[in-house]
Amino acid sequence: MKTPLGTVFGLGSARTGTEHWWLQRVTAIANIPLVLFLIAFILWHLGADRATLMASVKHPLIAIALALSFLSILWHMRLGMQVVIEDYVHGRWRIVCLLVNAFFTIALGVAALYAILSLSFGA
Amino acid sequence: MAETHTDQRPLSPHLQIYRPMLTMMMSIVHRITGMALYFGIILLVWWLMAAAISAEYFALTQSVFGHWLGKIVLFGFTWALLHHMLGGLRHLLWDTGHGFKLNLVEWLARLNLALSIILTLALWIGVYWVRGTL
Repeated sequence: MKTPLGTVFGLGSARTGTEHWWLQRVTAIANIPLVLFLIAFILWHLGADRATLMASVKHPLIAIALALSFLSILWHMRLGMQVVIEDYVHGRWRIVCLLVNAFFTIALGVAALYAILSLSFGA
Repeated sequence: MAETHTDQRPLSPHLQIYRPMLTMMMSIVHRITGMALYFGIILLVWWLMAAAISAEYFALTQSVFGHWLGKIVLFGFTWALLHHMLGGLRHLLWDTGHGFKLNLVEWLARLNLALSIILTLALWIGVYWVRGTL
């Protein structure tokens, strides 16, 4: 994504800066209701046993809200950590850190989705 | 590219040159809480994975979070989350092009800090009130 002004003048790195900035805001806005839901979900299940948690996640809306929460939060996390890495890590370690950032957030996301689906469809 | 420019160029002063100000500290804390949350979410995924694995393993994670050490971590997690979210709201306000008057910026920074502490305490006191225990 480029800004219209950037396109007109042919300026900028012509890469992903604007899109990164924009997605950080989009996921930030999505995170507000999703994180509030997540806090309520956690509080509701303080000290609960597995059967209680499972009964909750079996509800489609709960499962969908949980999945959306993790997707949005982890996406936001990856974008944020990328900025931190680009600010502080130089040289060859930068690409290593960026790769670890990608792998870490995607792995956590897949694990969370697996757990949600397993609880939602499992016995 | 970077290696070709070895001549001495003027550098901007480093962080410790500046007098610490609240807005500057809040900016740094926004980044630190973001990074803490980045790693903190491992606990949340672990909690859900444990439930997906077995009832016994889930009971174990529940007892870990029920331990006083677990509660301290969760208390810190709550504060970091609320602080980062309120900081994010300030950034979203600035993204609209508003809220740049200096006294307002200062006031919002204080409000952010105060609200993050008040809401964290309110949440935990509320839980204690409803459940009769933490």
